[in-house]
Amino acid sequence: MTATQIIQLYVFILAGFVGFLVITKVPPLLHTPLMAATNAISGISLVGSIFLAGGQYGTVATILGFIAVVCAMTNVVGGFIITDRMLSMFKRADSKPTGPQDTTGGAA
Amino acid sequence: MSLLLFLAGLPTAAAAAYLLMTAPSGAALDAIGGRELVVQLVYLVSSVLFVLGLRSLTKIDQARRGMQLAALGMMFAIVGTMLNQGILTFSWIIGGLVLGTVLGYPLGKFVPMTAMPQRIAFSHMFGALAATLVGVGEYYHSVQIPDAQGIERFKMAAIGFEVLFGSLTVTGSFMAFGKLQEFITGRPITFKGQNLFNLALFASAIVCFLWLIFNPFDVRVFYIMLAIGFAIGILMVLPIGGADMPVVVSLLNSYAGLAASATGFAIDNNVLIIAGALDGASGFILSMVMSKAMNRSFSNVLFGAFGSPVTASGKTSEGLVARSISAEDAAVQLAYAGRVVFVPGYGMAVAQAQHQVRELAELIEKNGGEVKFAIHPVAGRMPGHMNVLLAEANVPYDKMYDMDEINESFPETDVVVVIGANDVVNPAAKNDKASPIYGMPILNVSAARNIIVLKRGMNPGFAGIENELFFDEKTSMLFGDAKSSLTKLVSEVKAL
Repeated sequence: MTATQIIQLYVFILAGFVGFLVITKVPPLLHTPLMAATNAISGISLVGSIFLAGGQYGTVATILGFIAVVCAMTNVVGGFIITDRMLSMFKRADSKPTGPQDTTGGAA
Repeated sequence: MSLLLFLAGLPTAAAAAYLLMTAPSGAALDAIGGRELVVQLVYLVSSVLFVLGLRSLTKIDQARRGMQLAALGMMFAIVGTMLNQGILTFSWIIGGLVLGTVLGYPLGKFVPMTAMPQRIAFSHMFGALAATLVGVGEYYHSVQIPDAQGIERFKMAAIGFEVLFGSLTVTGSFMAFGKLQEFITGRPITFKGQNLFNLALFASAIVCFLWLIFNPFDVRVFYIMLAIGFAIGILMVLPIGGADMPVVVSLLNSYAGLAASATGFAIDNNVLIIAGALDGASGFILSMVMSKAMNRSFSNVLFGAFGSPVTASGKTSEGLVARSISAEDAAVQLAYAGRVVFVPGYGMAVAQAQHQVRELAELIEKNGGEVKFAIHPVAGRMPGHMNVLLAEANVPYDKMYDMDEINESFPETDVVVVIGANDVVNPAAKNDKASPIYGMPILNVSAARNIIVLKRGMNPGFAGIENELFFDEKTSMLFGDAKSSLTKLVSEVKAL
């Protein structure tokens, strides 16, 4: 293993920890948007796909890369749009988009 | 905090542009500098934005903005990649990005919320397919370079992981999609020796994987491993029932992330490693939460359908009579109730009755009653499924309660309305040691003063388990399709 690879392992493990700590705090209320969001973020495969599609590694690699770019981009665009759409539906009873007051009864 | 970082991101991008102008084009100065440095910094910014985006989901009033930051991060990652010196032709990339946008837009904009579980499963397939293809492409061109003294072991292992996790996620997600969309039966499909067969298949995949690390140029073995990966995905999900899909979908979410991470190792890219690790962690946590809410272990969900024929049922309903109620009588109960709790389940999603539920809830509130919604972690077909449906129908999120938040308040509840939920309210999970769901945490519905159950008929729920709640003396059954029952209730309450 090279020094770079060791650092990559560090990055992976530490990012996994960050993910674990952050995501355990996401309330069950937002678990579906969380799935949609991570789905959009998993479109990061796009980075690898772009390298393959644009790297002039031969026709086969280019075609595989092209399909991969399409798939990943579909996830990115669809994923972020649907996450936003879902999150925009969650409203408080007093229907004020912001404001942490706990007053109820304004709705009726 | 997130705003600060957003602002910090802008100068970074500006600096990137500046450096690009000034750096001698096409040549890296030394180990890292010029264009490469810019690319790496852009990746760093997008990694930070991803973390902040996910963190924003812990607070609902910041969530939308945070996810927009994450989207911005994705844009940075794309732009950063395009700046890379390894990219020589752009036509295929641009074409792919445009086509992906055209396909992705309707998938984001128009898919109804009721179809969300299958929509998510479907897009896991896409994400994993991208990772798999990148792995195959990477391998394909690596073995074609004749002068290299082989693919380095570490890199081969990364590609192997990527292709294996990717391929089984592709077909596994497709199966989950099929079961959720119901063009594949939701019942577990089992055959004799399935467990052994799958284990053998899995073992042979590992053998291929190890073999390739030491003999990376054995191209046949690589494609055999790919094929085995696809087969494992199908066979893994085949025996898992529709009600267990929340765990499966979460697990596949995790695998898709790990495949992306492996891609990062294979092509030396940290943003892929980080984003993939975040996804992997998220999917893993969700599947843990789901398994815990079903009081089952991972292995039990994944292999549980094997060997246990679907005869299991602790108690039978012989000699017990369920009391049915008319919509009129139920409406009277609801109209004058002080505290009402709705318990939605998969049945509400199937009947698409969330709008009628909200209408009924508003009428009860108008009459002076207090309404809450109790949501079990595994109600529906994916984590948080019920919350999204209710939110879509304009139910305010501060009226939705998790199981732990609401369980103590059932004894003070006048009427509980169970809409198409079954196992999550089955008292057998507490009382009946012989029951297959014994030990699963449930909503304590039976502690309430009155229970009205909306149900299509008396057939037992998905797990095939008899529910003694339906025979409780406090329970009345309102038979019929949830949507039409609720519509009737709404008009009856209005007429009072």
